[in-house]
Amino acid sequence: MLSISDLMVEVGGKPILKGINLDIAAGEVHAIMGPNGSGKSTLANVLAGREGYDVMRGSVTYGDHDLLALTPEERAREGLFLAFQYPVEIPGVTNVYLIKEAVNAQRKHRGESELDAIDFLKLVRQKLQLVEMKEEFLHRPVNHGFSGGEKKRNEIFQMAMIEPRLAILDETDSGLDIDALKVVASGVNAMRQGDRSILLVTHYQRLLDYIEPDHVHVLADGRFVKSGDKHLARELEEHGYGWLEEQADSGAGQSAA
Amino acid sequence: MTAQAVVDYLAAQRRLEPELPAPDLPWLMELRDGGVERLRDAGFPSLRDEDWRYTNVQSLLKKPFEMGSIGQCDVDAAFVSSTAIPSLECYRVVVVNGIPIPHLSDVSLVPDGIRVSSLADLLVSDPGRLEPYLGKNLVPDPHGFTAMNSAFLGNGLVVEIAPGQVFDKPLEIIFVASAATESTMAQPRNLVVAGKGSRLQVLARYVAIGAQRTLTNVVTEVIVDADAHLTLYQLQEESKNSFHIGGLFAKLRRGSRFDAFAITLAGGLVRNDLRVDLDGAGAEVNLRGLYLARGRQHIDNHTQIFHNEPDCISHEHYKGVLDDRARAVFHGRIVVQPDAQKTVSEQSNQNLLLSRDAEIDTKPQLEIYADDVKCAHGATVGQLDKEALFYLRSRGIAEEAAKRLLIKAFASDVLLAVSPDSLREHLLTRVETMLTD
Repeated sequence: MLSISDLMVEVGGKPILKGINLDIAAGEVHAIMGPNGSGKSTLANVLAGREGYDVMRGSVTYGDHDLLALTPEERAREGLFLAFQYPVEIPGVTNVYLIKEAVNAQRKHRGESELDAIDFLKLVRQKLQLVEMKEEFLHRPVNHGFSGGEKKRNEIFQMAMIEPRLAILDETDSGLDIDALKVVASGVNAMRQGDRSILLVTHYQRLLDYIEPDHVHVLADGRFVKSGDKHLARELEEHGYGWLEEQADSGAGQSAA
Repeated sequence: MTAQAVVDYLAAQRRLEPELPAPDLPWLMELRDGGVERLRDAGFPSLRDEDWRYTNVQSLLKKPFEMGSIGQCDVDAAFVSSTAIPSLECYRVVVVNGIPIPHLSDVSLVPDGIRVSSLADLLVSDPGRLEPYLGKNLVPDPHGFTAMNSAFLGNGLVVEIAPGQVFDKPLEIIFVASAATESTMAQPRNLVVAGKGSRLQVLARYVAIGAQRTLTNVVTEVIVDADAHLTLYQLQEESKNSFHIGGLFAKLRRGSRFDAFAITLAGGLVRNDLRVDLDGAGAEVNLRGLYLARGRQHIDNHTQIFHNEPDCISHEHYKGVLDDRARAVFHGRIVVQPDAQKTVSEQSNQNLLLSRDAEIDTKPQLEIYADDVKCAHGATVGQLDKEALFYLRSRGIAEEAAKRLLIKAFASDVLLAVSPDSLREHLLTRVETMLTD
């Protein structure tokens, strides 16, 4: 599904990612953990195609595509979805309008006809339930005046509507209270099916209490310093990131499988 | 060049004067002579005038315009229906080159509470109805163009709303610039008198047939009597070779309300002067403007609100989107006179620049001479929000479509207050098409 090879990325001339290798197979859930400034969000943003990141070396293959050669909208239409760490407020554009455009952009790209109003509404109602959002959300401007939790739920709602092949969740757990976290997690878990791959980017282990990953990778200073299964997250919670940095300093840094 | 233009137009006025309606009416002669004198003395504005610093009218003045007539009128019912706004129910009046055209207007359908007359007819048949108002809102003429309108004062449209009459259906006035010769001008002088407690929406549309060089030098005087509520939508969509100099001068009496929209979607050079005098306690004015300009279009909105009495409210909110080498000017002056205590006034001007070569000169200006007032103003100039653009693209929306969506979203809040729905939808669609073309 996704194969990242020796990826080096700079921002404003400063190296942020220093050689990332990662393979995500169809249907797998991977979690990337790491302290602030380790490069987690940079990786998520580079994969989604945000401007301002200079890829100095390496490649990213997504399905049959050279991912880095695609525009952000092409990536999205190919089924890549980024749930934003800071969802953007767009006054004047209603949520329902954005979602309809987004869903139809995918369908058109796949050569399918646009959803008619009735089917669309049916789908919307079903997915709103998933994230426990009221229908009035649809008619409010995108994220405008939403609380932090509402914004994150809105991201998961969009993801549920779009049904991506690869979902990247950039710190979707940050700023959520425990109830909101559970809602978001159950939304993600409901999406966990078939070939869909998920990449969770998070600072804290607690999200992984609710969404159980197949693989966990720890990022520190632009490199993966340790990879393992879900138990790695718990270990990390116990010892803190300092424990890993010590390991990294002693030369234990490995590329993730 | 300016001086020569003054000489040319004064000569044209002298030739035309004997043919103007009611040439011997003393108060009217005074009004026309006042315009002549003011034009002769002050001339046309130049970049040296503070109020015209950013708007150069040389291209307008370099070649004289001739007064248009309806002899050369090629406006027919088919044209009128082709410009109609889909599913908008309204009373309609058509004015071609400043002259009301009865056979294209359905004045007979206008209910008794609204009297729609041609100014030329009324000056002859019943000038007493005009005398208390005509020319009273702009003493003296603020610049050479309004002065020229006064000097040539001869026709236009008069709308009188009887006291207490309330209408849901808007009155639509279509001003058509129709040029048979290369440089044709129209100088309509309009008067709207909203009687006490009356309520009406007027939609004034300015359109052009073809893309000839035309000048519309229009002056509209508005009186909103006590407790009346008048809404005036001005929709400017002439051609890229048209010049539009528009003056709107409104006086509001006690407890009245005036909502004015200035929506400019097309036109080569557009200058709108708008002056509102809040002359009665508790009056309220809401001004909203939207200008979209591309190519080498130039749009100048020059507004003044005078709080002359206490307890009045003014809201002013103008927005602009500029692309290519387009240029816009916003000058919003608000004056709170010493007696105007408890004034509430709020003004904003927001601009979106889509190109490095586009330019906006914005100047909000508050002058407060009373001490118990609540006033706020501000102006912003910005580009499209890159974060929002990426957000939309990350959802699969193409870059161009995402840009259009954001521009429409930026512009649309000015139109939210537009009613009826069919008019608002039409305007939103027009904004979107303009951005797509």
